[in-house]
Amino acid sequence: MSEEPADTPVLREVRGPSALGGGRRRIWELLSLIAVIDFKKAYFGTALGYLWSLARPLMLFGVLLAVFTQVFRVGSGVPNYPVLLLLNIVLFGFFQEATTIAVQSIVGREAVVRKTQFPRLVIPLAVVLTTLFNLGLNLVVVFAFIFAWGIAPGWSWLGLPVIVAALFVLTTAVSMIVSSLYPRFRDTAIIWGVLVTALFYGTPVLYPLEVVPGTLRNVLEINPLAPLFELARVWIIDPSAPGPVESAGGPAHLLPAVAVYVTICVFAVWVFRREAPRIAEQL
Amino acid sequence: MAPVVIEARGIDKSFRVPEHRMDSFKERATHLFTKMEHRRLRALHDVSFDVHNGEFFGIVGRNGSGKSTLLKILASIYRADAGTIRMAGRLAPFIELGVGFDPELSGRENTVLNGVLMGLTRKEARHRQAAVIEFAELERFEELKLKNYSSGMMVRLAFAVMVQAGADIMLIDEVLAVGDAAFAQKCMDVFHERRRAGRTIVLVTHDMSAVQSLCDRALLLHDGEMHYLGDPEEAALRYLRLNFAGTEGESRGQMRPAMADFNVDVVEARLHDVRGHPIENVEQGHPIVLEVALEARRDLADPRFVLSVVNAEGTVVFSLTRDVDGGVPAGRRVRLAGRIDNPLVPGSYSLDCWVQRDLEAGDLAVQGLRLLDFVVYGTAPALGLVSVHSDLEAVLERAAGP
Repeated sequence: MSEEPADTPVLREVRGPSALGGGRRRIWELLSLIAVIDFKKAYFGTALGYLWSLARPLMLFGVLLAVFTQVFRVGSGVPNYPVLLLLNIVLFGFFQEATTIAVQSIVGREAVVRKTQFPRLVIPLAVVLTTLFNLGLNLVVVFAFIFAWGIAPGWSWLGLPVIVAALFVLTTAVSMIVSSLYPRFRDTAIIWGVLVTALFYGTPVLYPLEVVPGTLRNVLEINPLAPLFELARVWIIDPSAPGPVESAGGPAHLLPAVAVYVTICVFAVWVFRREAPRIAEQL
Repeated sequence: MAPVVIEARGIDKSFRVPEHRMDSFKERATHLFTKMEHRRLRALHDVSFDVHNGEFFGIVGRNGSGKSTLLKILASIYRADAGTIRMAGRLAPFIELGVGFDPELSGRENTVLNGVLMGLTRKEARHRQAAVIEFAELERFEELKLKNYSSGMMVRLAFAVMVQAGADIMLIDEVLAVGDAAFAQKCMDVFHERRRAGRTIVLVTHDMSAVQSLCDRALLLHDGEMHYLGDPEEAALRYLRLNFAGTEGESRGQMRPAMADFNVDVVEARLHDVRGHPIENVEQGHPIVLEVALEARRDLADPRFVLSVVNAEGTVVFSLTRDVDGGVPAGRRVRLAGRIDNPLVPGSYSLDCWVQRDLEAGDLAVQGLRLLDFVVYGTAPALGLVSVHSDLEAVLERAAGP
């Protein structure tokens, strides 16, 4: 009746909670399931589901377009400004939404963290992944606009996944940092809210980098998001626009942004690994 | 002996408790130069044990003894400061039922979600979905969102997922406390069946009757240290001693929630009126006529039967003791019958039985067993606990004349 194993079962050391605890397969299973569930809940839970998530960037787009073409006229001299603005808003929206939701994500899943063995990394990662699905859907609409605007598709459009991938990695890194700090420092949410707003204006979303005066532009070029947005402009909207290298004034000037990008990623891994084993105790 | 599936060696765990919690960067910045004062709260010290395959292993101890911390370390929720834990086989990484349920999803979707949390793949979880729903007897409600489930349905579903996940090792924190009596019975049946199937279960509880009836071995923790490891009955006994050491003679009403009698079973317990008719309630002033049959679960050397009448507030109003000379062998019955004067004021009461054994050892095996509940009815004012006969007279004295 009882199924005694023929040989002695293999004892494996249990190392306690961690960012990746539970093995790669478990992480993948949990991650994909949770991301899909969250996505479904967002889009099939409410009557207008997907329309709502599209309404926000479109409304923001409408307002900003009016302000920056009619009031400030920043956009007047920029070719294809409306579609550029729309693309930028959707891309930045991904970064902003994912990181903002991620801040409180681990605390939001408190029960799971405190009562089950759960690889901690899955939580912020699932948030970023859900938001990525959303970005994919929004980009379909954006490209419909771009097409309607009269921009012909080019081979350089194939570079978009590279930009999105780089943006995804940075977004994940920032999400890891803020989500692991929040259980210990509850004002992380406020601080990040302010910082992300500052970043919105500090990234070439509303304006192309070449209209910014020299000194300020040098400051903005530290922002690792800046080269990504410039690349998107060149590859998708306007092949004649100055690329990141050109507008920085040589490849060497891109190094600070690359360094910041790498530093954020390394710091994210370090801080998350450091905090992950203790998160259950902090809640 | 079955092979070891959980091996814990020298587990230490302490929590740093700051004197002032700094919950924000702001506080941290404004107190940049104040030294952070910490108290170290030792939760576990040098805990080592083995659990064998197919064993039902109990971890018992008072609140704050570290038993839940130990379970969380086993479940990889906390990390031990020192020591090693090794395990063989798949662990159900849960210490509480229903964690991770999403109220916005249907029962069916939740079985998949919970199954994956339990360590299944999505495919396996979908495969077992029907079996889970069937076990939980929720076929009619599988498409209903969980937020519309009753708490009983939710518990059934959670338990079904855990059972169907079929992990080799299960960690359970006080699971037996949930659900109604019928469901508790179903849980018990499953536990017994699991055990026969060679599954290992670690149960943390302070329900000594559960330890007695389920566990093969038990670990008693006290202030984070191992106090006893071995026979569950001995562990339960020591637990009771720890709990009541030095507090003998205090209100027994307080002790009652923690334990149930495991020396005897109640065969029957009845109340009669003076003419021998069974009754449920007693009129004030009328004697309580009692008939109780108890069966010894084990050999009771020099047992003392203590009958206590406890009122609704848990206060023992009075108690009677009867010794049985020569002891009671296991399986034999003891009958307690007779009249008890009833001085009780109107109210609801219960009659509890405590069986003490090994009297000379000053043993504290004071496990209360509720024999029956009854109500004393009457119209006299209920002031105090009992009404007593007296010939007290009140006489108006003549005024002292000039």
